[in-house]
Amino acid sequence: MVESTLHERTGEEVTTVNATQGLAAPVAIDVPRSWKTPIVLGVLALIWLICFGIFGDARTVAFGWSDTSDAIVLPDFVVNSKTFCLTIGILMLAIAVVATWLASQRRKVPMWLIIPFGVLLVWSLVGWVGAGGRVPVEFLLTGALALSTPVVFGALSGVIGERVGVVNIAIEGQLLIGAFAAAVTGSITGSLTLGIIAAMIGGALVSLVLAAFSIVYLVDQVIVGVVLNALAIGITNFLYASVLNDNSAEYNFPGTLPFLPIPFLSDIPVIGGVLFNQRITTYAMFVLVPLVYVVLFKTKWGLRIRAVGEHPLAADTVGINVKRTRFWTVTVAGMIAGLGGGALTIGSVGAFVREMSAGQGYIALAAVILGRWNPWLAACAALLFGFSRNFRIWAGQAGSTIPSDLIAMTPYLVTLIAVAGLVGHARGPAAAGRPYIKQ
Amino acid sequence: MKLELRGITKRFGALVANDHISLTIEPGEIHCLLGENGAGKSTLMNVLYGLYNADEGQILLDDTAVTFSGPGDAMAAGIGMVHQHFMLIPVFTVAENVMLGHEPTRAGTLLDLPAARALVREISQRFGFEVDPDALVEDLPVGVQQRVEIIKALARDARVLVLDEPTAVLTPQETDELMVIMRGLAASGTSIVFITHKLREVREVADRITVMRLGKIVGTASPTSSTSELAELMVGRAVDLTVKKDEPQFTAKEFDVAHLTALDALGNHLLDDVSFTIRGGEVLAIAGVQGNGQTELTEAILGLRSHVSGSIRLNGTELVGSSVRKVLDAGVGFVPEDRQKDGIIGEFTVAENLMLDRSTGNPFASGLNIKFGYLEDFASSAITEFDIRTQGTDTLAGRLSGGNQQKVVLARELSRDLQLFIASQPTRGLDVGSIEFVHDRIIATRDAGIPVLIVSTELDEVVSLADRIAVMYRGKIVGIVDATTSRTTLGEMMAGIAA
Ligand SMILES: Nc1ncnc2c1ncn2[C@@H]1O[C@H](COP(=O)(O)OP(=O)(O)OP(=O)(O)O)[C@@H](O)[C@H]1O
Ligand SMILES: [Mg+2]
Repeated sequence: MVESTLHERTGEEVTTVNATQGLAAPVAIDVPRSWKTPIVLGVLALIWLICFGIFGDARTVAFGWSDTSDAIVLPDFVVNSKTFCLTIGILMLAIAVVATWLASQRRKVPMWLIIPFGVLLVWSLVGWVGAGGRVPVEFLLTGALALSTPVVFGALSGVIGERVGVVNIAIEGQLLIGAFAAAVTGSITGSLTLGIIAAMIGGALVSLVLAAFSIVYLVDQVIVGVVLNALAIGITNFLYASVLNDNSAEYNFPGTLPFLPIPFLSDIPVIGGVLFNQRITTYAMFVLVPLVYVVLFKTKWGLRIRAVGEHPLAADTVGINVKRTRFWTVTVAGMIAGLGGGALTIGSVGAFVREMSAGQGYIALAAVILGRWNPWLAACAALLFGFSRNFRIWAGQAGSTIPSDLIAMTPYLVTLIAVAGLVGHARGPAAAGRPYIKQ
Repeated sequence: MKLELRGITKRFGALVANDHISLTIEPGEIHCLLGENGAGKSTLMNVLYGLYNADEGQILLDDTAVTFSGPGDAMAAGIGMVHQHFMLIPVFTVAENVMLGHEPTRAGTLLDLPAARALVREISQRFGFEVDPDALVEDLPVGVQQRVEIIKALARDARVLVLDEPTAVLTPQETDELMVIMRGLAASGTSIVFITHKLREVREVADRITVMRLGKIVGTASPTSSTSELAELMVGRAVDLTVKKDEPQFTAKEFDVAHLTALDALGNHLLDDVSFTIRGGEVLAIAGVQGNGQTELTEAILGLRSHVSGSIRLNGTELVGSSVRKVLDAGVGFVPEDRQKDGIIGEFTVAENLMLDRSTGNPFASGLNIKFGYLEDFASSAITEFDIRTQGTDTLAGRLSGGNQQKVVLARELSRDLQLFIASQPTRGLDVGSIEFVHDRIIATRDAGIPVLIVSTELDEVVSLADRIAVMYRGKIVGIVDATTSRTTLGEMMAGIAA
């Protein structure tokens, strides 16, 4: 029987579909293996081991797990900084060795090895900076989470938008409008619930303008997005100067959302405070990340959204209305970004400040790409950015001798290396940014 | 279901792609639509499918007028279509592609992947197409992608099924299987519109034949008509379907491939110790069932593959390890197998596509400038010479009909200063008139003393063009034989039995 064959690669094994025929059987022979990931991991592990371990700081560092006011008080974990960093460096080297072995077997280094590697790397840095003092672990994590929340919302919004084929540069504007709407509505009505809703509507409105111009009138999406960001800054600045500033008690004093500790869970040392004693906006984030993932990858709507973002014409030929799908998906994405804006004001400082989004929308876009258009990974990337900002704050307070700007730079440097070496070749939705024109 | 088109007119700017077309398809009928490249067949079918809005005219299903605002409506009315250019999402699996738009779900919205897989398996078994539901479409060879397209249409139980050149990339065996399927569907009342350029298939399967030319219907034919009658009706002149060529006159040029081996990233042999020599003035054709290493062979020669060992010498110069640019500059003309993906840039104009692989230096550029005047003249003459049906040199290549896109690639590659010409499936999707022309041009290239390598899965094409035939099977050359070798022997070699 003569039939064409197909070769399919699934992980490391080769399945030859069609038993009657197939190309030559696998033979052990020297194909250049990809050593990129093990090299990156190995070099990082060595640098860490040498700089922070061998030439490390011999003073002790105390990792503080709890405050005296906590329900369960854990003793501090006191350790010699040098020993700590040496141990971590060796663990990192071990991971690099495993990665080398995997590469020699022509296997991909999995995420569940890379993520612990990153965590170890960060904690070694923390242990080194904290030498001679106390590291407030809970403060570090809670602060990181708080600083990341708007970025996570923005990144989710970006992931959804790009998956359906619309590049949403306007996340920055959506955060800003959401922040403004939440503060003003919350102040006027005295209801923070209404403030949250207003933030979502504000974000959605920005999305509607983006959708109208880019999907219906086919204006370039990036240009519309940039214009919308400028517009959002202009409008909020104008209203801030002309209305809010003089009557801040009336229009810009919404208060903040209360912390809602979850009984029992919030008493768990360290993670209880981080995960289970938070505001509703943070809980919403915990729910939204998996929800967006499930919707995008496990439901029929997600399948259609991704189809529209990859190959709109093909989606059209199976009866999917491309413009409508894009329109509504982008609107929902705008609501999520707006919610992130709300987290900036009523979910945090409790007042609107000029241009308070301060580029976080763009950081969210970076998280989208670093997270390879996947809600989980994008959220992780956003957390990494949040952690670096908070780390810098803490390092400054800890009186570290190294210039704080240098410390602030490190996580980004690591991010760059991670993107270059570990994320590998990331490919976004094929039709992102391209309008769909029907004949 | 009975389908009637009345006075359908579709214009693209000044171009009338369909000019008042009326056509009736009876229930259970297999209706063949014939016509040269750019005649308007695909356009007409896209109008029927709701993808294009007609400027004039009516569609009637079982004698009631219908209007479709999009393919969704057409599908709801029972119309299914296999598109000429695949409508598959490359990063989705086969099962995801098949279920898209009518997904089986649990709890109303969660995708039921097992059900989708079962559906794909069930259809592929029922129709004898073997396809793995979990394979990523982008990893599949075009022939298998074509099967996925067909499975996609069959999964929807259409009562009117449009098949736009589904056999262009199928093997003869697969084509025969498809024709059995078509007859079965027709017997159960499905009306089928079948578009193809292969007249053998038309004569075998059609109940009625309608011929289009330049956007109009120019006649009907009976399935008993001879191939040459059909060909003449299509292009409006007599077509000579045999290739005339003299004994090869060898020149000093030589293309030599020795012990060429290519591996994939996992170390599997895609090419296994392939050796052959082509002398100037000679055509070597590679025959074989699709997916036996032909694609990889051309890619390896072009320098598109990594993990290649062995030697490829053109006139004594080693090409293994050279960049694609160097290979092209050495005078290699290359027609890739997948024109839309590798042959043209759809968003570029016809003229720009014609200079695509010569964007630096003579004759199209000097320094940083493109010589637009020269390009324009060149493009106009190529359009006339290759009979590319386009509105102008500045039409976007993606807007051309399938066959005309192929002609753009051929025109570009054949008009270069060649030392070696490689063509994969050179006449895929071309009408009979264009095939005659392209075959003549390939023979003219050979007669100019250039080595020519043709890769084709069409045995007819292989036999009529080749001076010698190399048969590939599982990445190896089974044997190199004379062009006069019997088809039975060639068939056995294609199944891996050495002659
Ligand atoms: N989207 C479009 N925009 C502009 N012109 C188009 C478009 N689609 C098709 N055309 C033009 O309409 C004419 C008919 O094209 P069509 O694709 O229907 O031809 P065809 O009969 O299917 O040819 P082939 O056998 O080569 O596939 C061609 O001249 C083509 O250039
Ligand atoms: Mg066509």
